[in-house]
Amino acid sequence: MGLLVAVKKTVKGFSLDVSWEIGNEPAVLFGFSGSGKSLTLQLIAGLMKPDCGVIRANGSAWFDSAGHINTTPQQRSLGYVFQDLALFPHMSVRQNILFGAKGVPESETTERYREMMDAFYLNDLERKRPSEISGGQRQRVAFARALMRRPDVLLLDEPFSALDTPLRIEMRSFLKDLRSTFRVPVVLVTHDAVEAATLADSIIVYSEGTIIQRGPAAEVFGNPADDRVRRLVMGQELALSAMCAVYANK
Amino acid sequence: MLTLPLVLPPTVTGYYLIVAFGRNGFIGKYFYEWLDWSIMFTWYAAVLASFVVALPLMIKTGRAALESVDRNLINAAYTLGHSEWDTALRVTLPLAKRGLIAGVVLSFARALGEFGATLMLAGNIPGKTDTMPLAIYSLAGSGDWSEATGMVILLTLMAGIFLYLANHYSRRIF
Repeated sequence: MGLLVAVKKTVKGFSLDVSWEIGNEPAVLFGFSGSGKSLTLQLIAGLMKPDCGVIRANGSAWFDSAGHINTTPQQRSLGYVFQDLALFPHMSVRQNILFGAKGVPESETTERYREMMDAFYLNDLERKRPSEISGGQRQRVAFARALMRRPDVLLLDEPFSALDTPLRIEMRSFLKDLRSTFRVPVVLVTHDAVEAATLADSIIVYSEGTIIQRGPAAEVFGNPADDRVRRLVMGQELALSAMCAVYANK
Repeated sequence: MLTLPLVLPPTVTGYYLIVAFGRNGFIGKYFYEWLDWSIMFTWYAAVLASFVVALPLMIKTGRAALESVDRNLINAAYTLGHSEWDTALRVTLPLAKRGLIAGVVLSFARALGEFGATLMLAGNIPGKTDTMPLAIYSLAGSGDWSEATGMVILLTLMAGIFLYLANHYSRRIF
């Protein structure tokens, strides 16, 4: 299992030029807004086409400009949790999750659906519309839908940004459990330093379309490569101290 | 070009339709040569005139409805393995449904009230091509007020219902 991304892409004056590889461990793309993190996810998902480069998942080429390979998003085995979750508002929780069962053999669909409902504590919500459930529940529906097909890669685009802090902490620990249940390479995009520090084994720091540092969380936060990383990490220290202050007051 | 009739005076649209579909029109002449038939002054002409005049409303409202569907939802469907066709049927169209229905209602109402282009293309032949608006014009002209009033009331009622439906469906529920 693994994911290799080495791509270049220029959009509206912004140019992205990144190259990284991860194994089965979760990786965080970390950086300020507008540094090219979400763009990278869109390129991996096939929603946009890189100008050149290679994207490989589990050894199979999803994109290879030299070999003229560019598979469609439909052909790529991936789960994508969007920033706004992108749940279908006209479908129930059940229909949303089953919509993610494309390509799953019919004999397995029901069993896998039940498995997801149990894993994500959604059993009482089957008939509800996304507008009728809470933010955390919507989040879990989005994860369940993305994992129905047992994808080769799970892409998470700031999935917790819309949640308030306590729920965010809950979802983070939930995501950690998820890693052991569904063994799949996870790429998480965030500009939240706490999230980056708590969730990732490996952190890839983005700035203005390039990678400025990568390594284990402890190394990136303990030993920032330059001022830009230091600023991001400073943000984390501020956030952490703010959080500590909040909890101390409770 | 298809939305031009929205701003053109209906008689101008009618004129162009005659140029295209009249007996000597650049399309109409083939019909006349090969089938010895012309659409002019038949009820088909009334249908064609209404269609051409109402089409821009359908296109405008329909396009707005389709474009209002969140792009992320469409992308989400793609990443879940659904083809463009499947996504259109199961995500885009259901989410644009209300706007599309509003478009149908509005353009139907517009077609119902069509006068200028119909008069040019289909004429006003009693019992054959006199649509309700044309009939009202003739009846009022010949002083037959009672029958004209009946039709006026009927059209007013229908217009009211259409307006209610169009408003009802153009409101978003999600």
